[in-house]
Amino acid sequence: MAVDGGKLELPENVFVSKLDELASWCRKNSLWPMPFATACCGIELMATGASKHDLARFGAEVFRFSPRQCDLMIVAGRVVMKMLPVLQRIWQQMHEPKWCISMGACASTGGVFDTYAVVQGIDRFIPVDMYVPGCPPRPEQLIQAIIDLQDKIQREGTITGREFDTAGRQARKRALVEIAAPLSIDAARNPVLQRELAAASEAIGPRS
Amino acid sequence: MPHTPAAVDEVVADVSARFGLLETSTFRGQTRIVVRSVDAPDALRLLNQLGFDLLVDITCVDYLEYKGAKHRYGLVYLLANTATNQRLTVRAFLDDPDPTIRSVVPLWEGANWLEREVWDLFGIRFEGHPDLRRLVMPEEFTAHPLRKDYPLQGRGERHNFPVITRDHS
Amino acid sequence: MSIAPAEFDLASRAADADVRSEDYLWTLNFGPQHPATHTTLRLVLKLEGERVVDAMPEMGYLHSGFEKIGEHLTFNQYVTVTDRMNYISPIANNVAWHHAVEALLGLELTPRCRYIRTIVAELARISDHLLSNGAVGLDTGAFTFFLYAFYQREVIYDIFETLCGARFTNSYTRVGGVSQDFTPLVIEKIRGFVKTFPKTLDDMERLLTRNRIFVDRTKGVGVLTKEEAINRSATGPVARASGVTRDLRKDEPYLAYADLDFKIACASAGDCYARYLVRMQEMRESLKIVAQALENLPSGPVNVGIDQRTALPTKKQVYSSIEGTISHFELSMANRGFEVPFEESYAAIEAPNGELGFYIVGDGDDTAYRARCRPPSVLHFALFPFLIRGHTLSDVVAVLGSLNIIAAELDR
Repeated sequence: MAVDGGKLELPENVFVSKLDELASWCRKNSLWPMPFATACCGIELMATGASKHDLARFGAEVFRFSPRQCDLMIVAGRVVMKMLPVLQRIWQQMHEPKWCISMGACASTGGVFDTYAVVQGIDRFIPVDMYVPGCPPRPEQLIQAIIDLQDKIQREGTITGREFDTAGRQARKRALVEIAAPLSIDAARNPVLQRELAAASEAIGPRS
Repeated sequence: MPHTPAAVDEVVADVSARFGLLETSTFRGQTRIVVRSVDAPDALRLLNQLGFDLLVDITCVDYLEYKGAKHRYGLVYLLANTATNQRLTVRAFLDDPDPTIRSVVPLWEGANWLEREVWDLFGIRFEGHPDLRRLVMPEEFTAHPLRKDYPLQGRGERHNFPVITRDHS
Repeated sequence: MSIAPAEFDLASRAADADVRSEDYLWTLNFGPQHPATHTTLRLVLKLEGERVVDAMPEMGYLHSGFEKIGEHLTFNQYVTVTDRMNYISPIANNVAWHHAVEALLGLELTPRCRYIRTIVAELARISDHLLSNGAVGLDTGAFTFFLYAFYQREVIYDIFETLCGARFTNSYTRVGGVSQDFTPLVIEKIRGFVKTFPKTLDDMERLLTRNRIFVDRTKGVGVLTKEEAINRSATGPVARASGVTRDLRKDEPYLAYADLDFKIACASAGDCYARYLVRMQEMRESLKIVAQALENLPSGPVNVGIDQRTALPTKKQVYSSIEGTISHFELSMANRGFEVPFEESYAAIEAPNGELGFYIVGDGDDTAYRARCRPPSVLHFALFPFLIRGHTLSDVVAVLGSLNIIAAELDR
């Protein structure tokens, strides 16, 4: 190493970086997906991991099915209200740093199924980092989503996980509705929820 | 659909002689008979003995908004004969309040889950069913979703959950 | 989500009387999130060491209200929803739905349409059996077999994509016809597939069929006798592997099956290995059907004529004849459509998983009053406790895989 006119000369095999960037680089290139595959998008997820569109090229080699060993939850497919507590429990069982990709139209917004049983978007109940549109999305779209997530991790990642203190960011998200009143089993007796529903249906107008 | 209507007619005549059918009809090659709901399990037992050994499906139709309907619920039993490939549709009508019918689980074990689903989605009680619980909806769910007076988007049950943000997890 | 033993009361349902009083039996929850690739199913197993004493299956973790949606969508809109039922072979569901609708309407299809639907239905059957057997391989540890199967499925996806634009969830059929006719490129691709597939199938068979480990894991496991299969309403490969020789393609021929020469694969053992072999053989027979149907594909129109007022007319007919224009508007406008009788009917096809039928109640307009799907997977999943009693925990996965339970068809 030589100091030459105020500039530090480094040999070829030394590079200088920030610890945050280094940690993000390591994390983004070895994302271990947790496939929360429920429906048709699950088959496209399997196809993305199979030999033609190989997800292992991007570091997402091991599809660990245990939440304790994963850092990327890919929710592929519609989530119904019977399954949502399971989804939330698995999300809570994952260790930080963790990210979530909502794959497909059903996981992002409810998709074609605007019915009594399907949750209209998992981002109402868990925090989502990346949405993949499509029904089902092509494997290339999912791979693009993983690449975009890798860029996001590189941009915003910190070694201590400070980027997850996103209270301010989450509060501005339109989709999240915090239900402050205590939940009852029978939704018809939940006044906050009924008020929200009435307001939403007035906004949409009568359904033909 | 190549059925052999002649042979099915004999079976229908047998059942009619024993139980007195309310209606018999044929549509697009399918023979349908209507029995009284109290007779339905016995008629099905007779049909089972006459060779209709495969229970294809048990389902229900809610006729609340149907033009010209006289009863609210129509239970449909679809039967097939694996030896001769004949099919038969048996219908029984039920009404509010408290639609009840005897279970056919003693005849066909496959009816177990099919009847549980009809109970879950329509609210028709099956007497004598070994384990009448909800099948597809959560246990805590209170309504019967496939009835015509239940809205398609539900009554808010689908969003009745706590929200988990980044701060909690 | 806690399991209260009193709620399930497994002990009182256990097969042996002396087991009922045992508290040392261990309850294991399997699912609804688990590595076996059959998505959202739940099993609560009661184990004595490694042996399964009883199993309580639970479903409903993917129930999306398909049957209620069927009461709000027209027949041609609902076909998109039927794609999402058995999502391993969506075109078979499309063919089944429109088969049922056309039975209700009493429509006769054109010969070309029947052959085309036969070809795509058989390609879907090959696709389904590839994934089903691939999943059995994956769950018992044979990952290479799974990758071979998935590669062939990609070839089939490529054919479907060339045909109608979507890899799967095609929504290919319409009332009275199909959405896109076969082009020469599609026919060429199918011919290529027919030529190359037998070799891959031989490779796959060489991997597993006489593999000592696989045979030990699947032979004698999950035996279903013929009487039990009929009593429990099993259909499709699960029933045929137990000796029930019922296949709707031969017993109640629909589409073009009456003209084609093929055999039905049956076995008598009724265990997982028999189901695997039946599916492998069915793939070969399906390939024969595709080859024959492709060579004998009739020419002519693929949709029914304008006089039936159900299928969209061709552009040439719309612009050059008044009936074509009227028909086009009547079918495209939201508050018109075609007449449906005030009747109910049931029609089924031999889907890859079993007898897939729809019971449709018509009420005058082109939205069904009630669209009931008769799902083979429900009855096969109900078989599960009966099959697994007495086997070990590692057999649970093999049996579950061999039954080919698709969660979306199970729950609808």
